[in-house]
Amino acid sequence: MRPFRYERADEVSAAVTTLVRDPEAAYLAGGTNLVDLMRLEVVTPELLIDIRRLTSDRIEELPDGGLRIGAAVPNSDLAADPRVRRRYPVLSQALLSGASGQLRNLATTGGNLLQRTRCPYFQDITTACNKRTPGAGCSAMEGYQRDMAILGASPTCVATHPSDMAVALAALDAVVTVAGPASERRIRLTELHRLPEADPERDTVLARGELITGVELPPPHSALRSRYRKVRDRASYAFALISVAAALEVTDGAVRDARIALGGVAHKPWRATTAEATLRGAPATRESFLDAAAAELSAARPLPGNAFKVPLARNTMVATLLELLEEAR
Amino acid sequence: MSHVTARPHAIGLPMDRVDGAQKVTGTATYAYEWPLDQPVYLYPLQSTIASGRVTGVDSALAEAEPGVLAVLSHLNAPTLTRPDDPELAVLQSAEVAWRGQFIGAVVAESLETARRAAGLVRVDYESRPPDVVLRADRDDLCSPVHAAAFGTGGGELQDGSPADSLLGDVDTALAASPTMVDTTYSTPMYHNNPMEPHTAVVTWLNGELLVRCSTQGVSMSQALISGVLGLEPGRVRVVSPHVGGAFGSKVYPHAYAVLAAMAARIVRRPVKFTLTRQQMFALVGYRPASIQRIRLGAGRDGRLTALAHDVIEQTAKAKGYAEQVAVCSRMMYAAPHRRTTHRLAPLDIPVPTIMRAPGEAQGMYALESAMDEMAIACGLDPVEFRLRNEPEVHPESGLPFSSRHLTDCLREGARRAGWEHRDPAPRAHRAGRWLVGTGMAVSTYPSPRFPGNTATIRVGPDGRYTVRIAAADLGTGTWTALTQIAADALSVPVGQVEMRIGDTALPAASVAGFSAGINSWGTAIWEAADRLRARLRAEHGGIAPPEGLEVSAEMAGGNPEAERYAMHSFGAQFAEVRVDEDTGELRVTRLLGMFDVGRVINPKTARSQLIGGMTQGMSMALYEHSVLDPRFGHVVNHDFAQYHIASHADVHAIEAHWLDEPDPHTNPMGAKGLGEVGIVGTAAAIGNAVHHATGVRVRELPITLDKLVS
Repeated sequence: MRPFRYERADEVSAAVTTLVRDPEAAYLAGGTNLVDLMRLEVVTPELLIDIRRLTSDRIEELPDGGLRIGAAVPNSDLAADPRVRRRYPVLSQALLSGASGQLRNLATTGGNLLQRTRCPYFQDITTACNKRTPGAGCSAMEGYQRDMAILGASPTCVATHPSDMAVALAALDAVVTVAGPASERRIRLTELHRLPEADPERDTVLARGELITGVELPPPHSALRSRYRKVRDRASYAFALISVAAALEVTDGAVRDARIALGGVAHKPWRATTAEATLRGAPATRESFLDAAAAELSAARPLPGNAFKVPLARNTMVATLLELLEEAR
Repeated sequence: MSHVTARPHAIGLPMDRVDGAQKVTGTATYAYEWPLDQPVYLYPLQSTIASGRVTGVDSALAEAEPGVLAVLSHLNAPTLTRPDDPELAVLQSAEVAWRGQFIGAVVAESLETARRAAGLVRVDYESRPPDVVLRADRDDLCSPVHAAAFGTGGGELQDGSPADSLLGDVDTALAASPTMVDTTYSTPMYHNNPMEPHTAVVTWLNGELLVRCSTQGVSMSQALISGVLGLEPGRVRVVSPHVGGAFGSKVYPHAYAVLAAMAARIVRRPVKFTLTRQQMFALVGYRPASIQRIRLGAGRDGRLTALAHDVIEQTAKAKGYAEQVAVCSRMMYAAPHRRTTHRLAPLDIPVPTIMRAPGEAQGMYALESAMDEMAIACGLDPVEFRLRNEPEVHPESGLPFSSRHLTDCLREGARRAGWEHRDPAPRAHRAGRWLVGTGMAVSTYPSPRFPGNTATIRVGPDGRYTVRIAAADLGTGTWTALTQIAADALSVPVGQVEMRIGDTALPAASVAGFSAGINSWGTAIWEAADRLRARLRAEHGGIAPPEGLEVSAEMAGGNPEAERYAMHSFGAQFAEVRVDEDTGELRVTRLLGMFDVGRVINPKTARSQLIGGMTQGMSMALYEHSVLDPRFGHVVNHDFAQYHIASHADVHAIEAHWLDEPDPHTNPMGAKGLGEVGIVGTAAAIGNAVHHATGVRVRELPITLDKLVS
């Protein structure tokens, strides 16, 4: 670990200014990922701006019936909030399937969204990584591929985004509020994270210094049932091989609305818009669910070491939708 | 003053750990926590190539860092006196034999400074393409040649067994068998991963070396460390009272201890060095990967006619290490024609070492999986098939077993597991989305006694006994069990016995390995107690004299009975698994083990040992897997987030039971080893249950969901 300075910010504008001015500065929230990466010298900030007191740690009702989650709300508080558990079960389930109790106590909502990939080559400074050092090459492409992407990857990067929470938020049409050098802006969660394209060093669309201040959830549709299904290599404390956040509304045996997002498949939480479009208006049957999954996964380009993720993603999507259908009956 | 009283029978009682309060209150001092005056810290440099040589070391930037005291490399390291052991011969040449090997170290006033400065050292290499892939069709497979470190067999394998064995004519017998199974199984590289990382805290004082470390045997560490440094053994003291897990990786001292000693001599300050989790994947050993071909022939009566077990395993080019993978097949079942072989693939990989049940863990996975396949091929129940092939005596040596109650384990285990209701048809039982199956396998592990143990017991005028032996407690409860043994041997309550272990200032002891600890140390303690009681009676009328009395028993040899009996622990394990039909997710919903481990000294710590072994066996079956990158030669998943070990949520119902039949020949207590038998057979029982649940036979560990999803 390199030596670094530590400052606690009192004002959002001052923190933003510092980050814009000092290229070696970084925001520190829960630190559950950043501090690990500093120990590994994957990131080497010279100045940490502690932002834990800058943003809200409260969950508030919005006038439209939605919720506003402060960026500093710990993952454990968000998962346990009765309103979240009742109205957005998929979000609570996703949070509780991630990390450990201790980590969830420390990790924040904003930090969870901005955590880095757990690609083993990204986390090891002795192996080449385009995300760490642009142009250095991708060691994962021909390396250990089990946790790598099957959708939306590029020749420069096949890493996946590790968050469970973000997958649920993608399915819920959440909006992220961001403070920055200019005025505050709102970004749809599905547009916050990027695909790697030619510049995988950029995880998100955030500009230098921009700070997530909160996440807004639109009002829940009363008939929408939702759940999070995470498939991984052991029962606890492992990242998703495949995860599915799904919400389903069925009227008279037909799908009226479906929201589906996938985790473990791409550089970002993957909103399965093709599957959703296929489902809308279709009969709520196993065959429709299979068709929808197949339509979404027709774009999959797996590597030899993760080809199993395609049937796994299909089966998990179908099983999750069938469970929601069962629940609706 | 105290009179010798009637035997209080501490053996067999579930006594709480004597060190339990210290541990739960955080006052048990582990090696790295030892308070020192003005220590300095070491951070190592590791090679980033797997094969080649270091051509240049530029340490100027690191040396210029404030707080840096020394930068070591092969260019300036002291020459070791007897660098016979290539693993311990640290910094003695420019050669690099595996990725992650020590190529230097930075010593600084703080750990942070040392680590940062290590990143400033520039190393140039001449690199060769690494050769790290184990394949059965390699043309450079070789027979093991290195002499064994343990055992008295004089063979080439790590336990002293010969590399190959042959009885009868296997090929002819196989060809003539009505039923034959010919299958190949593979097991990956596994890392021991004890919770407490390997540590050396080293102080030189007047030419003498004090090493505080975490080891399974202070006496062996003393011998090997003093040897490589060219010191009289008496000038090296090794202290290790508490060990936070080891699983074999702390039997042998590894290079880190020598590196720390070297550094402490150069900077003339006490040096603290503990490995990071990532470093442990390159520097403290692992269970080598194996490819095992098993051929079984059976007659129409369901009895084996032939058994062949041919093993190919990884080893390091740097140091040959040959694990006894097929040795279990030499003693497990009766068959007139039998053969075992071991061949090695020497690779540019770290040096392997002992890991819990070395050999048996992998070998019994293969043998017991093949036995399941053969039982099915013969149309026999797997329990019945094993009962039919139970040998009367050791099938190769012809020696009788000191005790072998495997058939009782099979019958009683089957009864407790509800085995009689089992429908043998695969893929026939469901519970919702889960396919449900059951499987079983047999466990075994030798029960040896090591030479080189001395126990000293002193009784004070207050009637309190101090028992001294340089034994080790790896967190298993040995400290407590030895206290119970001493109390019974002395015929006094345990409260009158104080046990001292884990220090070479105490009488020498063999390592905690090969499930030999209780057998070896307990026998020495028992003998010393007998002698003390005899002298108290003969010379002092049974009353401790005012000046106290001290008696030692030196057990130079092993168990003389071992020439007349084959000594092994046994067990039968039963597993129930559920496999999600959609995702291949697998849950072990029940594990039941029924063991024959002789007399159990402490049921509480014994149960922990057995269910701990079974849990590690489950972890071996389903989760653990060190992934070697063939291009770079390093373990890719080198941390606890990526190297998956069974979590609490993975363990459902788990039970360990035992027969409690004392063994008449192993030792005065009637105990057999139980530290390792629990991990043996678990993986096969689970794999067999997966086949029963799904109809899919996975022959490559670990059984991950990608092998079951469709």
